[in-house]
Amino acid sequence: MTGKPHSPSPNDCWTVDAIRAGLRAKKFTARELTREFFSRIEERNAGLNAYLTLCPERAYAQADRIDSLVAEGQHLPPLAGVPVAIKDVISTRGVRSTCGSRILETYVPPYDATAVERLERAGAVILGKTNCDEFAMGSSNENSAYGPVRNPLAPDRVPGGSSGGSAAAVAAGLAVAALGTDTGGSIRQPGSFCGIPAMMPTYGRVSRYGLIAFASSLDRIGPFASSVRDAAAMMAVLAGRDPKDSSSVDLPVENYSAELDKPVKGLRIGIPSEYFGEGMHPEVQAKVEAGIRLLESLGCRSVELRMPHTDYAIATYYIVATAEASSNLARYDGTRYGLRVPGETLLEMYRKTRGRGFGPEVKRRIMFGTYALSSGYYDAYYLKAQKVRALIARDFTEAFSRVDAIVTPTSPVPAFRLGERTADPLQMYLADIYTVTGSLAGIPGISVPCGKTSEGLPIGLQIFGPHFEEARILRLAQAFEQAGGASL
Amino acid sequence: MKITREDVLHVAELAHLDLSDAEVEMYRGQLDSILAYVEKLNQLDTSIVEPLAQVLAQISAENPSLRDDTPASCGIADALFEGAPDPSRPYFRVPKVIDR
Repeated sequence: MTGKPHSPSPNDCWTVDAIRAGLRAKKFTARELTREFFSRIEERNAGLNAYLTLCPERAYAQADRIDSLVAEGQHLPPLAGVPVAIKDVISTRGVRSTCGSRILETYVPPYDATAVERLERAGAVILGKTNCDEFAMGSSNENSAYGPVRNPLAPDRVPGGSSGGSAAAVAAGLAVAALGTDTGGSIRQPGSFCGIPAMMPTYGRVSRYGLIAFASSLDRIGPFASSVRDAAAMMAVLAGRDPKDSSSVDLPVENYSAELDKPVKGLRIGIPSEYFGEGMHPEVQAKVEAGIRLLESLGCRSVELRMPHTDYAIATYYIVATAEASSNLARYDGTRYGLRVPGETLLEMYRKTRGRGFGPEVKRRIMFGTYALSSGYYDAYYLKAQKVRALIARDFTEAFSRVDAIVTPTSPVPAFRLGERTADPLQMYLADIYTVTGSLAGIPGISVPCGKTSEGLPIGLQIFGPHFEEARILRLAQAFEQAGGASL
Repeated sequence: MKITREDVLHVAELAHLDLSDAEVEMYRGQLDSILAYVEKLNQLDTSIVEPLAQVLAQISAENPSLRDDTPASCGIADALFEGAPDPSRPYFRVPKVIDR
């Protein structure tokens, strides 16, 4: 690569647009760029543990395809040459996909997730698979069977979870963008902890074909990027109906990138008082309030809201998500794929395989979910939770009749220390208090950097929009970012 | 204390999970405290609320799950068997279930 295009660590010099422009101007080749990212990974991944598996063959083959398009003077697809990372719960053909679990340690999917296929068709170069909490169950990445990920901005701290590896890879400049999955906050919270934009699209907006299921009524795939503009570029490629996923919706996809720079003046932003309650770190509160004032200075009008069922969201979420997980994870029994621990009988094989293959948090959730669905308890727990879920969704419907978007903190606290919260699972669950509401309601949400604590830990501002209003929340996030939100 | 050791063993049986004695004791305490926490849902009167299983029905007029059921080959059988713990095409072999 002529005149080394990167300084030691910054990631912000590489954007989707800069890469396309550089390729077209023949400043560098896609192969050189790919090599550059693999050498960064080689240098820094051992300390971060962000990647679990690399796929250089696949990456270089794709890079060469892009380079031949350049050589032939052909049109370059929207993500041409962009090095991306994929969370390990998303299937990649021929590339090991462990879900952060021992039970899938050797599992190599026979097909690609649609999201992966779409990224590659758009020219992205897949570098590898990123670490995560086992089966995406966790808020700190400490539930991975392959060791925790470290926060690139503070190595003694967690990157958030469950998509911690994807967030850390982008924040550390080991990928330009990444895919994560969000069931209760698993994209937005690590985005917040690592100081990068991170988006959960509307339920049904992005195909989940090939996403290894955790909680099917909640799971979504979405992007991490180092700028809102790049997150929008990723969304433009990911969004849309997929016949292979019957829960993907056939609604037109807006031109997110073109919508990005439209003014936000006059937009009404709702500020729900329930999201500024006890347990919030004072510096998070101060920065998010400053963030709201910044949006007001851009012409947004803030409206105070009450969302009375917010306090019930964690309890609702943990019943719904664990019940669905207990059912989805029944498939890991040693018969068709992954780990098998032999047993004298079929049942013994199942029990030993699952007992040894799953880690403590996954077993805890399977146990709780099985209990909640078991005979005599279904009405008291699962049905009750589905009814409260309806009330939480109604809070949002009513709020969106008065406002265009809702602004809250992403997480009540900045990145905590490794090991700080592992002793009490309930305390870990409560870290998701501001994100699970939007998960239950199926609405889109984005976390965007909103200043740092005095210790230099990033804080995230969360913007929720009505169903399928991705363009609107991206536009607000863009305006916020451009106005200096990250350095408040 | 609501959850007993027997409850934990019963749920583990339903979930096909082998648990060590230490795990049984740990999960007993943890399930107990999680259950105590989710009790708060009973503060809400939901007698006239319809349960919400998933949000698609709310947000989309069409029901995308009612597509035509058209079988198509996915062509992944070879790869699947290659990765299986004990394949014997076209079957997956498991310990004997029925005695003859």
